[in-house]
Amino acid sequence: MFELIGVAPQALFGQLLLGLINGAFYALLSLGLAVIFGLMNVINFTHGAQYMMGAFASWMLLQYLGIPYWGALVLAPILVGATGIVIERLFISRLYHLDHLYGLLLTFGLALIIEGLFRQQYGSSGLPYTNPIPGGTNLGFMFLPYYRAWVIVFSLVVCFGTWFMIEKTKLGSYLRAATERPDLVQAFGINVPRMITLTYGFGVGLAALAGVLAAPIYSVNPVMGANLIIVVFAVVVIGGMGSILGSIVTGFGLGIVEGLTKVFYPEASNTVIFIIMAIVLMLRPQGLFGTPR
Amino acid sequence: MKREWKALLAAVAICGGAGAAQAQYSDGTIKIGVMNDQSGLYADLTGQGSVWSAKKAIEDFCKTTKCHDKIEVVFADHQNKPDIGSNVVRQWYDVDKVDVVVDVPTSSVALAVNNITKEKNKVFLVSGAATSDLSGKACTANTVHWTYDTWALANGTGNAIVKTGGDTWFFITADYAFGHALERDTEAVVLKTGGKVLGKVRHPFPGQDFSSFLLQAQTSKAKIIGLANAGGDTINSIKQASEFGIVAGGQNLAGLLVFITDVHALGLKTAQGLIFTEAWYWDTSDANRAYAKEFAPANKGNYPTMIHAGVYSAVTHYLKAVHELKSDTDGAAVVAKMKSMPTDDKLFGKGTIRPDGRKIHDMYLLEVKKPAESKGAWDYYKVRATIPAAEAFRPMEQGDCPLVKK
Repeated sequence: MFELIGVAPQALFGQLLLGLINGAFYALLSLGLAVIFGLMNVINFTHGAQYMMGAFASWMLLQYLGIPYWGALVLAPILVGATGIVIERLFISRLYHLDHLYGLLLTFGLALIIEGLFRQQYGSSGLPYTNPIPGGTNLGFMFLPYYRAWVIVFSLVVCFGTWFMIEKTKLGSYLRAATERPDLVQAFGINVPRMITLTYGFGVGLAALAGVLAAPIYSVNPVMGANLIIVVFAVVVIGGMGSILGSIVTGFGLGIVEGLTKVFYPEASNTVIFIIMAIVLMLRPQGLFGTPR
Repeated sequence: MKREWKALLAAVAICGGAGAAQAQYSDGTIKIGVMNDQSGLYADLTGQGSVWSAKKAIEDFCKTTKCHDKIEVVFADHQNKPDIGSNVVRQWYDVDKVDVVVDVPTSSVALAVNNITKEKNKVFLVSGAATSDLSGKACTANTVHWTYDTWALANGTGNAIVKTGGDTWFFITADYAFGHALERDTEAVVLKTGGKVLGKVRHPFPGQDFSSFLLQAQTSKAKIIGLANAGGDTINSIKQASEFGIVAGGQNLAGLLVFITDVHALGLKTAQGLIFTEAWYWDTSDANRAYAKEFAPANKGNYPTMIHAGVYSAVTHYLKAVHELKSDTDGAAVVAKMKSMPTDDKLFGKGTIRPDGRKIHDMYLLEVKKPAESKGAWDYYKVRATIPAAEAFRPMEQGDCPLVKK
């Protein structure tokens, strides 16, 4: 069977695994977007810039304070999440009563400003960041760097932890209730605006976490998020806007589809996700896991 | 008394000459348009550094020569997109009276500008773009390809590597005009010197994750993985190749187009040992070092790339030709004048421009130093060999340039 498609089975398994690893990044990023959209109805176009800020934060922590990768993994999301809270309080909170489009335009503008500021300060060619877990192991069908194995395990834990928190815990039920009927939840004595602010901070923190994970393997430069964010939006749309589980499953799934495209027709590897998006939108406009609104 | 008369006559002649010249400069101004990537992945290796270099060339030229009093530099961001680049250049030529377009990295954009420049009979001095087609089948009487090209890179790096035993290759190629040209020219060198190409893969531009392509390269068992891409794509490829143990596994990387800003972004630890070809390096002469020391503070601490140096050199020569002609209106005539004069400037030294528009000078085969060998900031390269001008570029008769056939 493998001879028929002209690719050795070993190569194919390797590519599947790599696709899964890339999918881990898509899942982590689209998860943050889904949390923010699902609970706040804000289309957060700043997400790519916040992913980039996460990568830069880990570089700065190492460069200026000598804090290594493992510290950055905790600190960078908190720091960047805090900037997210400031942005939410100062800007986004003023737009809740308006159409989605205004939030989209605002966050898109913020993304351009943030990227511009970083480019002004650090240039466009990127900064070096050393791999904290060098080396790897030979799986027989491919060489698996330890770092990539770590990325996939860690992001699975974070993704399902987030899903569990929002769908299965009491805190999550407050959050979901606050989205449906903020007035009623407020009447029960819960501070809804603060909860929304923290939700945005959490979503941004997830983006920054993906950025920290990306720093050792991708070029750390101001446009690293801009290149990725469009793909991630497609992932969210395919999974169903605001669906937490949808974004996780589609993130990993599309990573695999993209990985396979890179073997059979590499030229199309950055288009294939959009082709799938177009098909999904035609057949199931609410997305694979979404519910019609 | 006699001497005073002579001086007076000379002064009158100069004033008269200047007055006459004034009338022949289009719009009374020599207007230089620097177009490149100001915001994307090539912004550090071209960008504002090229604008600075063009201005510096004017400043230095006017120090030694009596220059026209209105020389202006304008710049624009083409975002690496041929449609945006074409629109800007049409606007520049038609409305803003720009006389010469300089730099233009990204071959697809440069090829578009090349056509428009010919159509409008202006001048195009390419420093940033790489495709050797600009002095080959796409050559025009209005374009000079200044700093480097894909053939020169392939020739320098490919030859050196095949000769030291790297005779089987796998290409990872950026999927647009530049990547294709670089792959084609390198493949030709590899085959000519007795090597074999085991496979190639073309990645979307710009790319982010190259692990899939690297894995394909690994499976091919080729001794050399040729990276026919540039800027952020090369950085990502090299970074991930080190992660996947490509070099530790016995395969080697050949960076076919590497700039000093890329090496800076990678860090010496990751980049050490990489071999590639460039046209210019800041630490090869006193004049170059002085230029770099002046360049860095004005450009976020970055040192100049060969593209920046090329812009300086090209603008200098353009100004010489225009001042000899005392006119900038007929683009083809200016380029013909540039070709007829030998080039000479402090960064590239003496050189010539061939009838096909190819500027000729030495190239360098470079190797990235080990961290221990580097004595300070930006001390990154060892010069392994100097490729003499006569051998560095594609022989004119092999280029299929229509200007030469006639």
